[in-house]
Amino acid sequence: MLQFILRRVSLIIPTFIGVTLLTFALIRLVPGDPIEVRFGERGIAPERLAELRHEAGLDQPLWKQFLDYEEQVASGDLGTSVVTKQPVWTEFTELFPATVELSLCAIIFAIVIGLPLGIIAAVKRGSPFDYGLMGVSVTGASMPIPWWGLMMILVFSVELGWTPVSGRISDLFYVEPYTGFMLIDSWFSDDDGAVLSAISHLILPAIVLGTIPLATVARMTRSAMLEVLNEDYIRTARAKGLGGMRVVLVHALRNALIPVVTVIGLQVGTLLGGAILTETIFSWPGVGHWLVESVQRRDYPVLQGGVLLVASLVMLVNFGVDLTYGFLNPRIRR
Amino acid sequence: MTYKAMAAACALAAFGFVGASSQAQAAKTLVYCSEGSPENFNPQINTTGTTFDATLQVYSKLVEFKPGTTEIQPGLASKWDVSEDGTVYTFHLRPGVKWHSNADFKPTRDFDADDVIFSFERQWKDDNAFHKVSGGSYDYFNDMSFPKLLKSVEKVDPLTVKITLTGPNAPFLPDMAMDFMSIQSKEYADVLTKKGKPDQIDQAPIGTGPFEFVQYTKDSTIRYKAFKEYFGAKPKIDNLVFSINKDPAVRLAKLRANECQIISFPNVADLPSIKADKTLQLQEQPGLNIGYLAFNNQKKPFDNKLVRIAINEAIDKKAILDAVYQGAGQPAKNLIPPTMWAYNNDIQDFKYDPADAKKKLAEAGYPDGFETDLWAMPVQRPYNPDAKRIAELMQADLAKVGVKASIVSYEWGEYRKRVQQGEHQAAELGWTGDNGDPDNFFVPLASCAAARPGGGSASKWCDPQFDDLINKAATITDQAERKKLYMQAQVIMHEEAPFFLIAHSVVFMPMRSNVSGYVMSPLGKHQFDQVDLK
Repeated sequence: MLQFILRRVSLIIPTFIGVTLLTFALIRLVPGDPIEVRFGERGIAPERLAELRHEAGLDQPLWKQFLDYEEQVASGDLGTSVVTKQPVWTEFTELFPATVELSLCAIIFAIVIGLPLGIIAAVKRGSPFDYGLMGVSVTGASMPIPWWGLMMILVFSVELGWTPVSGRISDLFYVEPYTGFMLIDSWFSDDDGAVLSAISHLILPAIVLGTIPLATVARMTRSAMLEVLNEDYIRTARAKGLGGMRVVLVHALRNALIPVVTVIGLQVGTLLGGAILTETIFSWPGVGHWLVESVQRRDYPVLQGGVLLVASLVMLVNFGVDLTYGFLNPRIRR
Repeated sequence: MTYKAMAAACALAAFGFVGASSQAQAAKTLVYCSEGSPENFNPQINTTGTTFDATLQVYSKLVEFKPGTTEIQPGLASKWDVSEDGTVYTFHLRPGVKWHSNADFKPTRDFDADDVIFSFERQWKDDNAFHKVSGGSYDYFNDMSFPKLLKSVEKVDPLTVKITLTGPNAPFLPDMAMDFMSIQSKEYADVLTKKGKPDQIDQAPIGTGPFEFVQYTKDSTIRYKAFKEYFGAKPKIDNLVFSINKDPAVRLAKLRANECQIISFPNVADLPSIKADKTLQLQEQPGLNIGYLAFNNQKKPFDNKLVRIAINEAIDKKAILDAVYQGAGQPAKNLIPPTMWAYNNDIQDFKYDPADAKKKLAEAGYPDGFETDLWAMPVQRPYNPDAKRIAELMQADLAKVGVKASIVSYEWGEYRKRVQQGEHQAAELGWTGDNGDPDNFFVPLASCAAARPGGGSASKWCDPQFDDLINKAATITDQAERKKLYMQAQVIMHEEAPFFLIAHSVVFMPMRSNVSGYVMSPLGKHQFDQVDLK
């Protein structure tokens, strides 16, 4: 087991370097200089531009900039935003709870709706419900988030007026950010209705972000259930005279859940990717929104540091999944 | 007796309750849906309108722009004297001006000369303890040439500051009303230094303005509350909230849902539906900007005045305004916008006349036209919503008089650099004014100094007579005298036609119909202290 863990950990370091190299190179391929981008029509005197570029270390050769950055990251310093002059780590920790809150709600939405739908489709295999559901789920999995988000806003917020348009809570509530999780912080606020407002603000973004995972979970549950329902022990259970519901929910589902849980674990990447778009549409102040801004402002430290942190998180989750697997299934440890 | 006492208690309680709830209702909160997050809360360091809007509520300056105009009025200085030669400004500071407070800072003294000196020196002197705080790049202070312009800033007494310039400079006063000259508290800086967190000065701002800063949630909201001890007219609302929404469609949706009462920068395409909506109102004003096509006056064939005039007659300006600006633009005939005090309204714009244009081209020695490049910016700018589309319209018009234009574009930073170097023959560009002074348009865009390679002028036009007029106007403090000189200068510019002037874009502010007292600023500032909700 120890050897297995060591092998996994040794893979993490090259992945880290790969991620930093990729973000480092990609943002520099985008035309536009982080200093010049600030000046607009006014322009900047060449001497002053040289001075500011020197201060930001941008006058060094690229390889030197990259090595300096790696060294800085290795010593635990992610740098300071060129725009806000705040440490990248401070900004990340301030914004990350919003992304986690949204992602958790989205995945809960996906499971609560996707799992039962998948089970019903499997049990009623070949029925119009099954075909209908699979059709809808293909549509859901390929839904462009920006369009889907704006449609939801137009219908539910503007036309029907059921949900708020954007943000995490009504602007009229003043909530102290103790934990950064609005559902928890609004609970401690003195304002009546703050919690309700926070919940109502979560509904649309969670649905939009949860749509793709929902489709994936429903499809995965259906196919896993179908496989299990054809197993001999199910037939045995049925032959023993057990009720249909009991066979499906107790005997079949428990085994079918194993691949489904894995897929849910792997949705972390999808959620964080989707969060970038969802947060931008709903003005949700999370890390996705923050990263998009940093590209537009050519804020190299924020983009590099932010992507690195998000990638670390995905790696951490995958590592956790791997470990659990290794623990549960000795065969893959080799 | 007991019943009576109980009834009285109930009545009192009910009264108290009603009192409390009506008090809660009476608190007026205005939500403004803004377009982006401020970089931080220091207008000395940053150059974006978004940051200026966020800090404008908190800080005051020595002099201020009168709301809705580019005129100067007293601010933290109640009056000022200018020496005969125009080089010494003595500001008499307003007594009894209170500073805001927060958890870290309770002011022990009123605003005084030390604060003014501190605000200058932080930007000016390398050895100031706060010079390097928050990255320490003071772009506007440098852009407005303050390091060259300032000779000394001295405290005469606690309520008098004497500023000596290296030479007379009329735009100095409007410069002092710009956001980068916001006054910060020296005492707050000292307290933060002692506490070991100097950078808080730009994160949790302390000012003397109409609103106190309460809280900023990154990329989400900025909260302010009315400052009860503000020296000017007290704000009409109790709380002000900036709700940050990048997408204009989302901002409009929030306005319609009454989640905000005023929004910034609507989509032009949404304007008709906003006008039609009875629950909304729409204010508009020409922006302090100009979009133009600059001819490179140092390159053939645009070194010939006849050619420049011919092109001015060959392009259908109205068609561009209709197709691209869609009602959000005003045709331009002068470099400066009509809201400026020096605007020459007597100038007659060139008429669209392709036949005459052809004649002039033949006269200039180009009977069959010529080939030219036509540069179009890759980005949308406040003064030009779609440079590429405009270039295509121009290209079609020019083809009609035999001029073959090929459209060129580069990445935005590269584009500006190459235009400044004068690599183009004709290039679209524009300008947004900073302080409402004509000098702020004429010198960067059309002076001989800016026409050198690498200088800001895209026309590379240098007319000694014009240059004399604008340089002289910059040294006189009497506005009527200055106006005369600028009026003449505009006549010369029209005759020489170094640009094809396209438009001044119109800025729109949609708001709920119950909003009153909002005054649009020609400088594009968003100020809320006199706004009320009916």
